[in-house]
Amino acid sequence: MKVHPFGAAYHVHPFVEMHEMIQLTVNGAKQSFSGDPEMPLLWYLRDALGLTGSKFGCGVGLCGACTVHVNGQATRSCVTAMRDAAGKEVTTVEGLEKNGLHPVQKAWMQINVPQCGYCQVGQIMQAAALLNSKKNPSDHEIDEAMAGNICRCGTYQRIRAAIKAAAGEMA
Amino acid sequence: MSTIENVSRRRFLTGGIIAAGALVLGVRYYHKLSSGDELPHDTNADHATLHPSVYLGIDPDGTVWIVASRSEMGTTSRTTLPLVVADELDADWKRVKIEQALGDSRYGDQNTDGSHSIRSFYDAMRVAGATARFMLIQAAAKEWGVPPAECETDLHVVVHRSTNRRADYGELAKAAAKLPVPKREELKLKPKSAWRYVGKGQVSYDLEALVTGKAIYGMDARMDGMVYASLERPPVLGGKVKSYDDKEPLKVAGVSQIIPIDPFQQAPGFQPLGGIAVIADNTWAAFQGRKKLNISWDNGPNEAYNSDSYKNELRATSHNPCKVVRNIGDADAEFAKGGKIHEADYYVPLLAHAAMEPLAALAEFKDGKATLWAPTQNPQAVQDIVSKELGIAKEDVICHVTLLGGGFGRKSKPDYVAEAAVLSKKMGRPVKVVWTREDDIKFDYYNAVASMYMKAVLGANGKPTAWLQRSVFPPIPSIFDVNAVYGDPAHLQQGWTDIPYDLPNLRVENGPAKAHVRIGWLRSVANIYHAFGIQCFTDELAHAAGRDPLDYLLDLIGHPRTIDFNGVEYPNYGASMAAYPWETGRLRHVTELVAEKSGWGKRKYGKGTGVGIAAHKSFLTYVATVVEVEVNDQGEVRIPRVDVALDAGLVVNPEATRAQFEGAAVFGTSVARTGEITATKGAIDQSNFQDYPVARINEVPAQTNVYIVDSDAPPAGVGEPGVPPFIAAFCNAIFAATGKRVRDLPITKLGLS
Repeated sequence: MKVHPFGAAYHVHPFVEMHEMIQLTVNGAKQSFSGDPEMPLLWYLRDALGLTGSKFGCGVGLCGACTVHVNGQATRSCVTAMRDAAGKEVTTVEGLEKNGLHPVQKAWMQINVPQCGYCQVGQIMQAAALLNSKKNPSDHEIDEAMAGNICRCGTYQRIRAAIKAAAGEMA
Repeated sequence: MSTIENVSRRRFLTGGIIAAGALVLGVRYYHKLSSGDELPHDTNADHATLHPSVYLGIDPDGTVWIVASRSEMGTTSRTTLPLVVADELDADWKRVKIEQALGDSRYGDQNTDGSHSIRSFYDAMRVAGATARFMLIQAAAKEWGVPPAECETDLHVVVHRSTNRRADYGELAKAAAKLPVPKREELKLKPKSAWRYVGKGQVSYDLEALVTGKAIYGMDARMDGMVYASLERPPVLGGKVKSYDDKEPLKVAGVSQIIPIDPFQQAPGFQPLGGIAVIADNTWAAFQGRKKLNISWDNGPNEAYNSDSYKNELRATSHNPCKVVRNIGDADAEFAKGGKIHEADYYVPLLAHAAMEPLAALAEFKDGKATLWAPTQNPQAVQDIVSKELGIAKEDVICHVTLLGGGFGRKSKPDYVAEAAVLSKKMGRPVKVVWTREDDIKFDYYNAVASMYMKAVLGANGKPTAWLQRSVFPPIPSIFDVNAVYGDPAHLQQGWTDIPYDLPNLRVENGPAKAHVRIGWLRSVANIYHAFGIQCFTDELAHAAGRDPLDYLLDLIGHPRTIDFNGVEYPNYGASMAAYPWETGRLRHVTELVAEKSGWGKRKYGKGTGVGIAAHKSFLTYVATVVEVEVNDQGEVRIPRVDVALDAGLVVNPEATRAQFEGAAVFGTSVARTGEITATKGAIDQSNFQDYPVARINEVPAQTNVYIVDSDAPPAGVGEPGVPPFIAAFCNAIFAATGKRVRDLPITKLGLS
C-alpha cells in the first residue's frame, strides 16, 4: 500500500500514473515521497512534512526565503525539484542545530537582527553555509554570499554585523 | 522561549513537528460562553484571577498575561505596548506572557497602520498596568492592616518597608480581584524616574521563535482536513470571467475542485476581486492547476488604462489651476511681478508593497460561523468584510491574528481573507488561500502614482517670495467610491498642506485623477511623493540661489513657531492639535542635529561623491536625513553612509526605533532605485522580483546612523517617518555627486549608467 504524503485528503487521480518512490533524508530522518517528482522540495517540506520554518517568498529562486542545505550547500528549495533531491541529505532550520541554538542563530539574537522575521530563516541558513566555507568573510564576501536573500524590512546592516559576530564565535 | 500558551485544544496544527514547540498566536478556538457572558472571544487574561482590564490578567502563580491587540509585522509593537503595561505594573518582564488578541472591538481600534500603535495606546497601556498595581497595593494593605499609602511596589511584589513585609503579585491576585476596579482619577502613574522599561526598551518577545523557524505566520497556518486554494484573478481591475476550462486542471494530481468566485460589486473595497479558484491537497498542485484554466476575460473599461499616457494626463492636469487646499498671501500677484522664476515637474510611479510573506489566509466556515487565521493588520476589517461576504453577523466572524511576514499597509486590506472565507463556505471545509509572488505584485493596492508641479520665484538672498505646488494623484478613497478623484484631507495633510516653510505667499493645490487600479496605503503613503517633490525642489532652489542646501533649508523652515492651520482641513493624523502642534522648531532642531552628526560642510567629497539633505515631518514625527552617495564611471550608485535624526516625542523602545529607521532607509532605497509598477491595457506589467526588484544587501546603505532626540513630548510614529526624507536626501545627494537632478522616480530613468 502506498503511503500518501498528504494524509487523508490526498487521493491519487485516475488520470495520473503513480510515480517512482523518491528517497531522501530530512534533518537526519529517512523520508520517501511518491508524488509528482517535479514538485519543489519547499512544498514537500512545508505541506507534507509540516516543516514550515522554510518560507515561500517568490517561488522562482529570487529571494532566498526558502533556503535549506542540500548535502551541506545552501539551496533554494522552491526551485529544487523532488527528483533532484533524491538520495540527498536535506537540512532545514528545524534541523540546523540538534542542541540549542546554532552560533549564527545566537548572533542573530545578540545583534537583534529580525524585524518581521519572515526572511530570517533563509538568511540564517545562507549565513551558516557561508561560514562553513569561509571562516572570516569580508564585507564584500558577505555581500556576495547574501545578495540572493531579500529582506524587505531592511535588516541588512544587522545581518552583516551578525555574520561577523558569528564568525568570531565560531573561530 | 516565547511560547504562547494559547494553543487550541482542538485540532489545529497537529503535524508532529509543528505541535512540538510552535509559537502559535491566539489560536484559542472560539469558545461559546454561557448566555449572559459578554465576552465573545476569551483570552487567558480574561480567565486570570485578577482581570481588571481587557489587556491584562494576573494568575496566582504570578504570571502576568498581557494582551497584544495590535498586529506584529516587524515593528515590535507586540512587545513594546506590553512593556508599557509591565512598567506601570512594576512587573518582572520574565514573568510576563503575551497573548495575541482576536479581532474584537473591545480592544478599540486594531488596524495596525499609520504608525500610531504607541501614540494611541500608550495611555491605555499605562492605565491597565496602574489599575492592577493599585488593586494589588490595596489588597496587600488590607491583608497587613496598614494604610495603602504606606505600601509601594518593587519588582513583582508589594512592599511595606517599615514592617519589612513583602508579597508577590501572585499571592495577592485573589484578594485583589475582590476589590473594586479603581477609577482613572484614583490612579497615580509612575514618574519618569521610576520607569523600568519605557525609554530603555526590550528585544522582541518573539526573538527566539523568529530565528528558529518556530514563529507561525499566516502562510504557516495549518489544520487537519484543510485544502489549498490558488486563484486566477481578473488581470484588469473590474474584469470578469467569460469562459474557462473546468476539466484540464482536474487532471493535475492533487487538484480536486474548480470554484468560481464572483467579481466585486461597485467599488472594490476589500471584496475579493473574483476569478477562478483551484482547490488541491497541496499548494504546488493548486499552482499547477491554475496554469490549465485557460480563462477568457471580459476586461471591462479599465482595459483603456496605460500608465505611460496616464502620466501625461496627470502632468497636464497639474499644469492648470486646480483645487486650492491651502493659501497664504497672493502667490499669483508675486509671480506676475516677474523675477527669477523656477519651475519643475516631479513624478513618482505606482509602488507595490512586496512584503516577504505573500498573502495567505486559512478559513473554516462551520455551523454558521467563520473562523479565520490570517496575517492581517486589521482583524476588525476582516470581521466586517467576511460578515458581508458570507451574510453572517460580525460576531460570528472569529479572526485570529498570526505573525505577519511584513505588512507595509497591504495587510490592512483583507481581500485575501475574504477569498478564503468565501471558498470555505462554498466547500464546507477549511480552506487555505495562498497567493504567489506574482499575485502579490499584480493584485496589490498600490501606492498612488503622483505628478507634482512646483513653482517659485526667488527674491533677495535667493529665498522664495512666492511658492506654488500642485499634486495630482488617484486617491485612496477611490477603492470605496469609484468617483472619488480628489485627494482627501487625510492624505493631503501628508507633507502637502503642511509644508512648513516660512513664506509670505504660498498656494497649495490638488488636482483630480481617476483610479484604474486599486490604490492603498503603503509605508509612508502620500508623504513619499510629497516629500520627494518639496524637498528635492528645495534643493534645486538652493543651487539656483547659489546657497548651501542645509543653510537654505533652515532659512525656509524659518524661526521656531507653531503652524497655524486656520482655514485648512488638517486632521493632524487623528491627534489633537493641542497635544501635537506642528512645531517648526523641532524640525529645525533635527535638521541641525543631523547636519552636525553627519559632518555637513566639514567633509570633503571627491569626484562622483556627494551628500544630500532633507527634512520632513510625518506621522507626527520630525525627521531629517543626510545621505552620502558615490557614483562611479559606470553609473553605479553606492550609499556609504546615512545619518538620520528624529524627534518622535517619548520613545518607549529606542532599539526597535533605531531598527525602524535603519529599515526605512532600505525601504526608501528600493523606492528610489527601482520602485516602479506600470500597466499596459489595464494589466500590471510586473510580476516578481526580477521586474519589481527590491534592494539587496549590496545595494543598501552600508551604514545608517540613527540619532533619537530625548523628548518628553507625547509619543509619535516611528514605523513610517524615516522613508520620505531618505528618498529626497538620496536624490539630492545624487545631484551633488553628478549634477543630474532626479525628478522622476525611480532613478533608473536618469540614465546614470
